[in-house]
Amino acid sequence: MTATPPETNIYPPSEDVLAQALAWREEGRKVALATVVQTWGSSPRPVGSQLAVDQDGKMLGSVSGGCIEGAVVHEAIEAMENGKTTLLEFGVSDENAWEAGLACGGTVKVFVEKLD
Amino acid sequence: MQRALLQSLLEAKAAKTPAAVVTELASGAQTLLTGEDWQGDLELTAAQRQAVLDALAVDRSGLLPGDSLFVQVHLPPLRLIVVGAVHISQALVPMAQLCGYDTVVVDPRRAWATEERFPGVTLLRDWPDDALETLGLDLRTAVVTLTHDPKLDDPALLAALASDVFYIGALGSKRTHAKRWERLSAEGISAEAFARIHGPAGLAIGAKSPAEIAVSVVAQMTEALRNGPPLPAAVRAA
Repeated sequence: MTATPPETNIYPPSEDVLAQALAWREEGRKVALATVVQTWGSSPRPVGSQLAVDQDGKMLGSVSGGCIEGAVVHEAIEAMENGKTTLLEFGVSDENAWEAGLACGGTVKVFVEKLD
Repeated sequence: MQRALLQSLLEAKAAKTPAAVVTELASGAQTLLTGEDWQGDLELTAAQRQAVLDALAVDRSGLLPGDSLFVQVHLPPLRLIVVGAVHISQALVPMAQLCGYDTVVVDPRRAWATEERFPGVTLLRDWPDDALETLGLDLRTAVVTLTHDPKLDDPALLAALASDVFYIGALGSKRTHAKRWERLSAEGISAEAFARIHGPAGLAIGAKSPAEIAVSVVAQMTEALRNGPPLPAAVRAA
């Protein structure tokens, strides 16, 4: 038996997140992008990590290990509606302000923007 | 983000042109740098543009001093050149692709380098020294030789040692590697330069199957990329 390349690629390379965002938008769907812009302490995904979200909450990519995506998707859908950009902060320092937090004890800032 | 800006960014990525997106976090205004071309509704000062170019040069996305501007760097992918269209390569190529590498397999032996064995993979059926010269080696490239045949592996290793590639791996036992040292030192390679070759290739995790060996090689490439020391110029063989 020979090793063969996987037939289905379930892991999206980073550029596929952006390509998918554009493809969703061109299908007429509302789309937002979330980007990790700053981290302190241990954080699961480095600066520059991106998550694309569509109007139904469909996601590709990540901005954490899954800890804050729920809250980010909520804000992303808001951004699609009102067109405003937001800078979100998640972490132990902010646990009262957000239901979501990072169990790892790190802090991240995530920029959320609508794809026009 | 403006759709036109995202389209331009994706075009730049497809053309393997370095690019950066600069975002003013307070307003969401953005400018895209592709190659030497700036476009978008965010005006940058000369100093800010220089800071963006500096971020691009070191492949570091992040906030510029003052924390009001965020730079997202988009460099062309890392490259892995695999010499030998062998069984291990069939596992190594998809794993490296998952890690974000563009992959090329080099093997002049036409029975090995077939589309059937490597569907959708870039294959060069040239001699490795010619192929590596055509491809051009740089700091964002890794070279792994897997043929076991000195006639194919050695020219590739000599080309890799004469370049800035961040990782060189050569399959083969310690005994094979010792013989390799005899041959390459006769070609004028110093002990210091030879030490750049990871041989036997891969982390020592007891890998046995082709796929396990590929895991160990991808892990070692990752270690060289993320934890490796910057390459001192004096170590380069050329």
